Amino acid sequence: MTKTLLPLVLGTAMGVVASAANAATLDDVKAKGFIQCGVSQGLPGFSNPDAQGNWTGLDVDYCRAMASAVFGDASAVKYTPLSAKERFTALQSGEIDVLSRNTTWTMSRDTQLGLNFAGVNYYDGQGFMVRKDLGVTSALELSGASVCTNTGTTTELNVADYFRANNMPYEIVAFEKADEVVAAYDAGRCDVYTTDASGLYAQRLKLTNPGDHMVLPEIISKEPLGPVVRQGDDQWFNIAKWTLNAMINAEEMGVTSENVDNMKTSDNPSVKRLLGAEGAFGEAIGLSNDWAYSIIKNVGNYGEVFDANVGPDTPLGISRGVNALWSNGGFLYAPPVR
Amino acid sequence: MANLDIAQVRTEEAPKLPAPVSTTGVIGWMRQNLFSSIGNTVLTVIGIYIAYSLIAPFIQFALIDAVWTGENREACLPKDGQHAGACWAYVKAYFPQFIYGRYPTEEVWRVNIVYFLFAALLIPLAMPSAPFKRTNALLFLVVFPIIAYFLLTGLVIGGNVILPVVETAQWGGLLVTLVIAVTGIVASLPLGIALALGRRSKMPIIKLVSVIFIEFWRGVPLITVLFMSSVMLPLFLPEGVTFDKLLRVLIGVTLFSAAYMAEVVRGGLQAIPKGQYEGAMALGLRFWPMMYLIILPQALKLVIPGIVNTFIGLFKDTTLVLIVGMFDLLGQIQSSFTDPTWSTPSQGHTGYLFAAIVFFVFCFGMSRYSIFMEHKLHTGHKR
Amino acid sequence: MAVQEQDSAGAPARASLVNDPKVRSLFYQVILVAGLVALGYFIVTNTIANLERQNIASGWGFLENTAGFGIIQSLIPYAETSTYGTAIMVGFFNTLMVAVVGIFFATIIGFVVGIARLSNNWVISKLAYWYVELIRNVPLLLQIFFWYFAVLRAVPGKRDKWSFGFDTFHLNITGLYGPKPIWETGSAFIVYAFILAIVLSVVIAKWAKKRQDATGQQFPVFLTAIGLIVGLPVITYFVTGMPVYLEHPNYVEKGPILRRGFELGVGAKLIPEFLALTAALAIYTAAFIAEIVRAGIQAVSHGQTEAARALGIRNGPTLRLVIIPQAMRVIIPPLTSQYLNLTKNSSLAVAIAFPDLVSVGGTVLNQTGQAIEIIAIWMAVYLSLSLITSAFMNWYNQRMALVER
Repeated sequence: MTKTLLPLVLGTAMGVVASAANAATLDDVKAKGFIQCGVSQGLPGFSNPDAQGNWTGLDVDYCRAMASAVFGDASAVKYTPLSAKERFTALQSGEIDVLSRNTTWTMSRDTQLGLNFAGVNYYDGQGFMVRKDLGVTSALELSGASVCTNTGTTTELNVADYFRANNMPYEIVAFEKADEVVAAYDAGRCDVYTTDASGLYAQRLKLTNPGDHMVLPEIISKEPLGPVVRQGDDQWFNIAKWTLNAMINAEEMGVTSENVDNMKTSDNPSVKRLLGAEGAFGEAIGLSNDWAYSIIKNVGNYGEVFDANVGPDTPLGISRGVNALWSNGGFLYAPPVR
Repeated sequence: MANLDIAQVRTEEAPKLPAPVSTTGVIGWMRQNLFSSIGNTVLTVIGIYIAYSLIAPFIQFALIDAVWTGENREACLPKDGQHAGACWAYVKAYFPQFIYGRYPTEEVWRVNIVYFLFAALLIPLAMPSAPFKRTNALLFLVVFPIIAYFLLTGLVIGGNVILPVVETAQWGGLLVTLVIAVTGIVASLPLGIALALGRRSKMPIIKLVSVIFIEFWRGVPLITVLFMSSVMLPLFLPEGVTFDKLLRVLIGVTLFSAAYMAEVVRGGLQAIPKGQYEGAMALGLRFWPMMYLIILPQALKLVIPGIVNTFIGLFKDTTLVLIVGMFDLLGQIQSSFTDPTWSTPSQGHTGYLFAAIVFFVFCFGMSRYSIFMEHKLHTGHKR
Repeated sequence: MAVQEQDSAGAPARASLVNDPKVRSLFYQVILVAGLVALGYFIVTNTIANLERQNIASGWGFLENTAGFGIIQSLIPYAETSTYGTAIMVGFFNTLMVAVVGIFFATIIGFVVGIARLSNNWVISKLAYWYVELIRNVPLLLQIFFWYFAVLRAVPGKRDKWSFGFDTFHLNITGLYGPKPIWETGSAFIVYAFILAIVLSVVIAKWAKKRQDATGQQFPVFLTAIGLIVGLPVITYFVTGMPVYLEHPNYVEKGPILRRGFELGVGAKLIPEFLALTAALAIYTAAFIAEIVRAGIQAVSHGQTEAARALGIRNGPTLRLVIIPQAMRVIIPPLTSQYLNLTKNSSLAVAIAFPDLVSVGGTVLNQTGQAIEIIAIWMAVYLSLSLITSAFMNWYNQRMALVER
């Protein structure tokens, strides 16, 4: 029985699915043969469907990595597009197995909503985008501006704090959907569009003339974005955490999707441990020992995924910045596989 | 009276009166309907001006300046000095998505069969003169939903994939609009009849429950119902049980429209003369046979226009599901606005215009049908 | 009889128990109640279990917490430091404002179009016909988007304006600007004078009706009332030393580009979200009201018009004194439900960022995660609005119906 049943008759029981809200998410996932992954409703670079309905993006690749770890098959994922409002309910109720939807890790979300953040797959911060012809160079000059943003997000709160702290009057126009924010900003309803900086780069692509707009240098908040799972299933939580850690560790060790087969025979013991040639780290979390090998083989290491989806060569053109490895001066630091 | 005896003989012809103002032909018609008085003439001129100032830019936009072919936004960008017209090329490129959503291309034939069956069963059902009404209704209301259900979602028997499963998340466009509207109305009909009977029941608790149910759903906006079904319904279910998102929306829509349906059906029940009830009881029929054999067939026939009107309302209201993140026709059109390939100043206008035309054609057609049935039923009951 | 007496408490009584309508109805009702209680129990226990398991807070305490987000338009004092409860009140008043303004315009447009539909003038009646058909058959949400996104692009940008009404009103993409009355000390007397004028008008109207019933003499109630309601506050205004002045919006043309345009917080301003929503609601509902008005007028039998003509009453008074009072009786009940529909439809504000009850409630829901409480507030507010409106309209309807003999 799949989750997609839709009774056109009133026999609603057909559509009810007893699924994985309880402890053993891994068993349920294995039984149904795929991971149900909650994603955004369309954010280029992070999770975005193309005209054929194929999902791509950084967050999507995380889901694919998890599927590789569990099944050895990156395509064993089904995607549920979720609005900001629905995302936590969908996870809590067991409709999805993992939420990978540019979600900010905050204390209240981590502690009060029955959720666990598995790590950070993108260090973001809230930024401002303005029209170049306004002649503004700093967010501190935005006094009196009208600001477009999404409702019900941390962004809405941050912008209120920021303008209040700097004693600047402003006018907030908060929309339900990101597309509406873009449309209103594009129409000139607002001077400023604020959301996570990554989102600004992504949404700028949707504007009529992307070149007329610029992102201001100020970052007014910490927005660590990461995948989320339900509380109360430590095994699944571990898989979620270590999927991300494996991708980061792989980049650090120089293991890529191209050289992973050769690296399997590497002399480096930490590479061997990661790729399952030594030790039984996969079995410890309920997977096969080549779990990390499949992730890297099928999806790639963190650097590859970043470059393919949001990196400098993509339309988004985001540089690694703080999302570089710790060894390159960034924040990415994964605990070792040992 | 006094001068009766004075003979009056006309000696010459009376002066000829001018011919009466023509009341036939184009001129006569115009004189009667457009220029019968000064006030009327002023109104006519104002009216023509309003009509012109609305229609002319519309035709300019939708037809004259429109771009019919093209591969991407370049074709639809306003050329120097010209106004941007409708970008029909964009609608053409996105047309499959507007109709099927993101339904996999190789499976689209299944949707087509459903559309075809739907039309093939609905048209004879809607024609009063077509035969086999009972069989037809049974096919449409019971058999068709089951076939459509398996065709759309897929069919897997014992591990053998007969029809590959297509998730509802991939559905979209007109398909979702029709699924929600048709399911909503078909499922709400029995519920609505039950509620209408309950509201007219003599049993106090049943009556009270029906009244509260009906007034509750009629009192709240659909959008809060949709929010409730998407955010709150999962909390009501036992741990680990989830509903498909589309199914949740369908439950909300069905409960909502059942309340409206109940009021429509109640109107029909009230219109049945008391003699019919008494006659049925005199024949010794119990409650359900009386309802099933005597009252409901007459009452439901009477309320067909009302049901069609409820359906029109529901059909239009399906657009609200885009607020809870589903892609109905309007939602699908809106989501296509973010495609940089077709991003032009006229894209939004074109998309909304296309949606408006589709909805107008459906709703206007149905309202004509409702009026037609109303006239037909009306004469049928005239004595 | 004999049989019954033979075994009074035996088999026949048991047999009749099944067929006894009273017992049967009791049985059905008990089943229904049991079913409902079971369903309620199922839902409540599940919800409690889910809330506990997911560690979601519940209760109404959150209403006291600081909201922290801004709201673009508020009729009551609101700042980011206000509580969630205040935020929801802001939303509630915004909903009321949209409903009241929308109903006002919808009624006017609806009556004009409805009467135009019956015009002898072919152009006018066809125009009205197509207005009704086009508007009724296109989803409201689409019309709201049209007014917001399509019309929004057509008005001047933020650093530009259209002025009209002798340069008092200005329109651009950030809203419709106009003068704002500033009430200084002493201005309360003007409000008192206004209220007094209304009370006086009602008293005079009652007195005039009594006198007309008794003596047949007419009294120009309408003119007197207008004179009172306009005159009394104006006189008070001058007597108290003109405590009210108008604050005009301040259009800045120099300085940094960002600061140009209308200054925030000076003058009165209606945001475009409000304008688009109200326009769409009024125009949409007006199409339905027009049909109701047309049906109402047509429901008045033609004999009434002919009788009025025969009495020598002119067209205007015929409409005002004969047709409309009778048509109103047919019009009021469906008009009520249209007003309610408009109020409920105002919840579509959520699609275009107007902070109505549903929109603000949604934000609070997101920030606190307390879905049940928020949805309960929504339902309670809309249900009470419905009940109040229908109660008022029933009362009014009864009064109108009493005219009948």
